[in-house]
Amino acid sequence: MSKAPPLLQINRLRRLMIGPVSLVLDEGDCLCISGASGSGKSLLLRAIADLDPHEGQVLLQGVPAEAIAPAIWRSRIGLLPPESSWWLPRVKNHFRDDMPLLLEQIGMSDSILEQPVARLSSGERQRLALMRLLSHRPQVLLLDEPTANLDPVNTRRVESMITGYRRAHKAAVIWVSHDVEQVMRVANRYYEMSKGELQPQEIEGQQWLS
Amino acid sequence: MVELNTIDLLIAAMLVVVLALMSIRLQSNISRQLIIAAVRTAVQLTLIGLVLKVLFENVTLGWVALMAFFMLFVAGREVMMRQERRFKGWWGYAAGTFSMFLSSFAVTVFALVVILGNDPWYAPQYAIPLLGMLLGNTMNGIAISMDRLTHAAWEQRHIIEARLMLGETSDEAISEYRRQAVRSGMIPIINAMAAAGIVSLPGMMTGQILAGVLPVDAVKYQILIMFLISAGTGLGTLAAVKIGARRLFDDRQRLCLDRLREP
Repeated sequence: MSKAPPLLQINRLRRLMIGPVSLVLDEGDCLCISGASGSGKSLLLRAIADLDPHEGQVLLQGVPAEAIAPAIWRSRIGLLPPESSWWLPRVKNHFRDDMPLLLEQIGMSDSILEQPVARLSSGERQRLALMRLLSHRPQVLLLDEPTANLDPVNTRRVESMITGYRRAHKAAVIWVSHDVEQVMRVANRYYEMSKGELQPQEIEGQQWLS
Repeated sequence: MVELNTIDLLIAAMLVVVLALMSIRLQSNISRQLIIAAVRTAVQLTLIGLVLKVLFENVTLGWVALMAFFMLFVAGREVMMRQERRFKGWWGYAAGTFSMFLSSFAVTVFALVVILGNDPWYAPQYAIPLLGMLLGNTMNGIAISMDRLTHAAWEQRHIIEARLMLGETSDEAISEYRRQAVRSGMIPIINAMAAAGIVSLPGMMTGQILAGVLPVDAVKYQILIMFLISAGTGLGTLAAVKIGARRLFDDRQRLCLDRLREP
């Protein structure tokens, strides 16, 4: 009897200055990557989301990216960039109407949806961008420093929001973070990236809740 | 019609020379450019006059086509040079030139065969000026719209990619900038049509009236030309923006800004 293929499988992914990177993520995995700026973390995430050309293969539930239409691939492998982008005047224009949003859980109320985007703080933008991404129900989350602009309270809220999503939707997460304590809180696997290669790290005092 | 002779033109040239002398006194280096541009006008128009004379005396499809393609390739170069962030390689030339070929040639042939119905249909006295008017105007529309499109793709690259990341197709992610680009390309001819006859008398009509054509007949031709130009500009702009928007993405719908030249 053959085992079900892993949720996300990366085989010898390469691009300029990066790789080869091979990873396997199962449902519920949360893999953290840290490393100096310029070590290629963001470029790795972009390649997995198929936003940049690369060599090697990325498979979702055993199906290679090339066999899936690009837009479908990117809606299943959701990338949250470090800086969010907004293109319509009001916050709510960027969200689908039929989705209940759990804004209280990340320290905001629904009234923020009526606001013009220009009036949001960088922390609000970052949290709303996460909610926007989650509302598309991706199976894999690629998070590029999702709490970089947040205070400690909101950082914790976002962490539990992501963990809750990961459990509820059997999703896998690749999380770029510079905060070692955060890594200890959220990750079950931890890698250091340097010169484009991933080195596995120990997770001390494991607090991770699967 | 009052025939113009060389003396008449020299008197008109005196006006330009006087203007140039006045500019020198203002310490402005525009006078040099002014004189060069004036000389170019005289030489280029005299040459084209001679070419047209030969062309009108030897009515063959081959010569007309040769002239038409020469005009197309010069206009194509002009479209390319006017774009700040044009596509690298031969795409930078081909996208605009092909769009102009598609629109200007199609509309010119349509007008010659269906509307004017001369024998032969390619009679150079009609074909060459018509094509020239169409090329000159679609050239503007295409250059403006392509410049606008590539500029927007560069400026708004974060937004376009953010939309891709949320699962939009490349068509959806760039649709807003496509619309804006087509609009900018069409605005000049829409304004020209709206203001025609009120703010300005169009150059072609003025020329015809000066050459002795009855105003009513000149007006009919001008209306025809305006409609042809707007159709040609619209077609050419749509084609150029469609080709350009395609070329901005690869087969995996990734935004490929490395296909654009640095300004």
